[in-house]
Order: sequence, then C-alpha cells, then structure tokens
Amino acid sequence: MFFRTALLVLRKDFAIEIKSFELVSTTLFFAVGCVVVFAFALVSFAGEAAAAGRKPEDAAAAILWIALLFAGTLALGRTFERERYGETIRALLLAPAPRPALYVGKLLGILCLLGLTELLLVPLIALLFNAPLLTQLTLLLPLLVFGTVGFAAVGTLFAAMLMRARTRDVMLPILLYPITIPVIIAGVRGTSALLTSPRDEPTAIMWLAILVCFDVVFVTLSLWTFEPLMTE
Amino acid sequence: MKKLFVPLTIVTAALFAYAPVAIAGAPYESTMLLVQKIFYFHVPSWMGMYSAIAVCGGASAVHLFKNRPAADRLAVSAAELAVMFGAIGLVTGPLWGRKAWGVWWSWDVRTDMAFLMWLVFVAYLLVRTYGGPGSDKLAAAMGLFGTAVSPFVYVSVNIWRTVHPLNTVVPELIGGSMPGAGLPFAVSSFAFLLLFALLLALRVNLASRQAVLDELYLAEEDGAA
Amino acid sequence: MDFDSVRLTDVSRHFGRRRALSRISLTVRTGDIVGLLGPNGAGKSTLIGVLATLVNPTGGDVRYGQHTAREAGPGLRQRIGLLAHELHLYPELTARQNLTFFAELYGLDARTTIVAALERAALTDRADDPVLGFSRGMRQRLGLERALLHGPRLVLLDEPFTGLDDGSVGAACDRLRQLAAAGAIVIVATHDLDLADGLVTRVALLRDGRLLSDEPAVTGLRARYRSVVGHV
Repeated sequence: MFFRTALLVLRKDFAIEIKSFELVSTTLFFAVGCVVVFAFALVSFAGEAAAAGRKPEDAAAAILWIALLFAGTLALGRTFERERYGETIRALLLAPAPRPALYVGKLLGILCLLGLTELLLVPLIALLFNAPLLTQLTLLLPLLVFGTVGFAAVGTLFAAMLMRARTRDVMLPILLYPITIPVIIAGVRGTSALLTSPRDEPTAIMWLAILVCFDVVFVTLSLWTFEPLMTE
Repeated sequence: MKKLFVPLTIVTAALFAYAPVAIAGAPYESTMLLVQKIFYFHVPSWMGMYSAIAVCGGASAVHLFKNRPAADRLAVSAAELAVMFGAIGLVTGPLWGRKAWGVWWSWDVRTDMAFLMWLVFVAYLLVRTYGGPGSDKLAAAMGLFGTAVSPFVYVSVNIWRTVHPLNTVVPELIGGSMPGAGLPFAVSSFAFLLLFALLLALRVNLASRQAVLDELYLAEEDGAA
Repeated sequence: MDFDSVRLTDVSRHFGRRRALSRISLTVRTGDIVGLLGPNGAGKSTLIGVLATLVNPTGGDVRYGQHTAREAGPGLRQRIGLLAHELHLYPELTARQNLTFFAELYGLDARTTIVAALERAALTDRADDPVLGFSRGMRQRLGLERALLHGPRLVLLDEPFTGLDDGSVGAACDRLRQLAAAGAIVIVATHDLDLADGLVTRVALLRDGRLLSDEPAVTGLRARYRSVVGHV
C-alpha cells in the first residue's frame, strides 16, 4: 500500500510532466544559467587564480552544488504549486493511503528531476572548467545521490508544509538553506577532494559517510513530521 | 516558579553588578590584554543561545507531535531568546576578534556553527511572523529540524575548517590555561544563565497571558450569542 | 469500516482570536441531504474540513458511527468523499487520467469504475481531452464523479455549484438525490438558497461559527433563512 501509493503519485507527476516538459526544461535551463553566471562572477582564468592561491577545482565543485541548490529550490516550489492549483493536495490527503507515502512519491519525483539536472550539469562543468569529473564517477555518483537525497528530503517536506503559507516562495529558501548547509559543505568538499591531483579519496569517502548519516536522520524525521504538518 | 522569580531576579542583578568587579580583578591575558575581557560576556551569551536552542528544539517536537499550545509558547519564547543571545554573541565576537587579532571574522568552527544556528532561529521567527495561519506548526518543524541539524553542522564545519587552508588565530581560553579567570567566568556564566531562565519565564508568562486573553475573547463571543 | 451516522458534539475550532466554529452539535444519518447554509465567513468550509478529517477541531469530538477519526484510522477516509469549489482535478491530465489516478489511489478496479463514472458525467466522448479545456460545468461533473468513485458513505460538498448553468445544476441535484436514496449521507455547504430549497431534506443554519438552527427543510427556505440568520 505504502509504496504503491508513492509510485502512483510519481507516475501521476510523470504523466503531467510529459505533456509539456515544462518543469524539466525550465529547471535544466535555469541550472545552466546559474553555472554561467557563477562562472563569470567567480572564476578567473588559471593564471590569475593560481597566483592568488585559489584552486580552480574548488570553483567547479562549488558551482555544481550551488546550481543544484538553486535549481532544486525552484523546482520544489513549482512541484507543489501543481498540487495547490486545484487543491488536489486535499484530495490526496483524503485518500485512505498513508500520508507519508504521498511525501515519498513527491520526493521520488524531485529526485528524478534533480538527477536529470545532474546528468546535464556534470558533463557541462567538466567541460567548462576542464575538471576531471567524469573520471571520478565511482565516488562522485554516490556523493551526488546522497547529497541530492538529503537536500530533497528536507526540501520536499518544507515545500509541502509551506503550500498554504502566503509567503511560500521566499520562505522555502529561508527555511531550507540553513538546514541543508551540511549537505552543501559535504557535497562541495567531497567533490573538490575528488578533483585535486592527486585525488583525495579518504576525504571524499568521509564526506560521503556524513551525507549518508544526514540522509538517514532527515528522511526519518521528514516521514515522521509530514502528517502532523499537513493536517491543520 | 512565581515565588522564586523575585529572589532570582535579585540574585541575577547582584551577579551582574558584581561581574564587572570580578572581571576587572581578573588577570590580563598575555597577548590580548584588556580586549580579552569581553570574553566574559561573549562566551556566556553563546551558552545562553545554546540553552535556548535546546529548549526550543524540545518544545517544538512536543508541539508538533502532541499539539500542545503550552509547548508552542515555550518554543517561541526560547527562539526569541536564542536570537537575542546569539545577536549579543555575534556583535561581541567580531569586536573582540578585530581588536585581538586583526580580523572581523575568523571562520572558526565555533563561530560558524553559532552563526548558522542563529540563522536557523531567525528563520524560525520569520516563518512564525510571515507564515500566515498555521505558522506555529511550520515554525515548530523549523525548530525541530534546526536542533537536529546542529551536530551535522558542527561536524561538517569542523572538518571543513581543518581541511580548508586558513590563517586563523583562535586561542583556547576556556581550556583553563589562565588561572584567575575562573571566578569572573563562573560569575558571568551563572549570571547569563539565570538571566536566560528569568527572561524565558517572563516571555512564556507573556505568551500565556495572550492565550488567556484570546480565550476570553472567544468566550465573550460565545456569551454574546 | 462503515458507519450510518456522523455525530458532532460541541465541536469548536479557532485560529488564534478568530473563532471559526463555536460548539457545534449536529447529528446526520444515512439518507439525509443536509444543507449547511449561512453567510460568507459563517464557518461552513471549516465544518466541511472537520467532517473530512482534514481539519482538527480544537474542542469537542466527531464520531463516525461509534468511533472518532483517530480510532478509526486511515480506513475511515475510504468512506468519505469531498468536492470543494476548486474541484480537485489536475488540469494537465485528461479526464480519464484523472479518474484512473484516483481510482488506483483508492484501490479500485480502474477500468470498470471509470467507464461507469465517465458515462454518469456524460463525458465519454471527451474522456481523452485535457481537463484544462473543459467548461466549468464539465469540470464540475467530472469532479463530482471523481469524488464519488469509491462509493463513499459520507459525501461532502463545499460550494460545488457556483458558476454552473441550470441544466448542470439539475443533473447534479438528481445525482445527489440518488446517492441519498442509496444510503449515503450528503452534506452540502452553500450560500445559494434557491439551490438548497429544492434539494435538501434538512437545514443547518450557521452564522459566525455558531449553529443557529438544525431543522427539517420546509418550503419557503429563503424566508426561514432570513428570519433565523437575519440580513448580515
């Protein structure tokens, strides 16, 4: 019952998305835009950066995760806007399905969307910054997966609970960013460790472990708190 | 609690009156001299903030799962005090740092964590104020998640700091390397913690009065029917 | 889990200083079509929310048969159907997709129930068109059938007829009468007195969150309403 419900919600969101691809295309393009903006703003060319002591691999890692953070925040808001439009969230909450299953269904949807974004951003950033991201996939992939799960777990909960709030658009980042700072730190530092030469595997694995712990704690907390937060 | 309030207020006032005396009597720290003495108010204010955070996290959890308005009142009072004590710490810290070792902000693990936790509870108050109806539950979620994330913040910022190349100077004062610092530190800490408890009690009392007033309004409407 | 009556005892709900519902006691039984009437802001929508288990009362209790919502658990929601003004439909999906999703969510055999529902809504020829392109009347018919897919015992309708043409209103009223005759408990919140006049068997008059009167429906509903509720 639980997973069936979650998968039904996921399939329903897919069905809506393939009609227009609105969420996917706008999120992807926004992420690319972020990367470009940050690249121009933050990164100097190799010579200057090396002279100033700034490492270019830091920039690539940082830009990847920040672009994901921003694109993810917008995507979360718009995913739940779909449920707010016809008050379908009420119909979902009224179904006999366990309410945390609705949360999981939405979470899986966001994970798919962010996964697609990562599929685009990783090669793009590897290209733009000559960063050897694609050779590091054995560790980069778990970092991305567990980092995205951590961000999306808290983000889905917050976006859902803010649906009825008037200031929901700006409240989501205000609430979400402080809580997901450990995910960003772990993600950026872990990715950066993979990009140094020689690459720093133990550090990356340590950050991965932190991400896994974060995920376990916060997915559990979110599942617990979803129902009390969604009923008035 | 009510009976203790006035005596405790007197004790707190006395401690705060004595504290400058004790602080003046404490020995100078070797490198920073007079400037270091802000530490006697700086650290206790962080102790106040973390106590407030612990209270807010616990009360938020209770309110979220058991739906108790009393827990909610305690949570919002604690959050306000967390922001207040945190603000004192955030102002005294850079003042000290600038004079003592030349930088406003040192990206030390303690400072970063304190700043982040402060931001979490500012966000708590923001969602409480601007979240519209039902914002008490939203804020409770923020309080609970904020308290739950604190160990992760500590670990990640700690490791981040040591791996990231930096040039910080953060002396370990609380380690007890300075004899004679014990008494003023104890006096100030005790004073701040008592102040926290008193302010919390006052604020919770205020919130309870507001709740009683709401009840009276509602009862009045019933009576008028 | 089934029940043949719903009993509200001293149900109150306040939001801070604003009282939405004030000590409402009401019992409804199978076969009743109850009209919740009252001016805007009377608390009709809140009461519907409480009955649907989506809003928790701050005082009093609601019993479905012998049990409260908490005792009955999620199975209770299988017996409740809700249609509010927003209609709870996904505009991007087709009529068939909307019905399929909710049928599967309720654990029903999708194909047979949907064919019947589409027929009853007179939408069989438009089944594969997106709901976005439907007129208000078509959406309302579809929304009503969606709410009734699982054959609920308690049917809650919150201002469902606003903006409908006469023919649609007539058809919907017939549907509701059929339901009540078949043993459902129908509760309709509306401020449209003319609609209520021909439809309801009992009338509950609300104002400012208070239940002013609970009585069998008589002809001349408008006059009765005016005398009890007054010109607000």
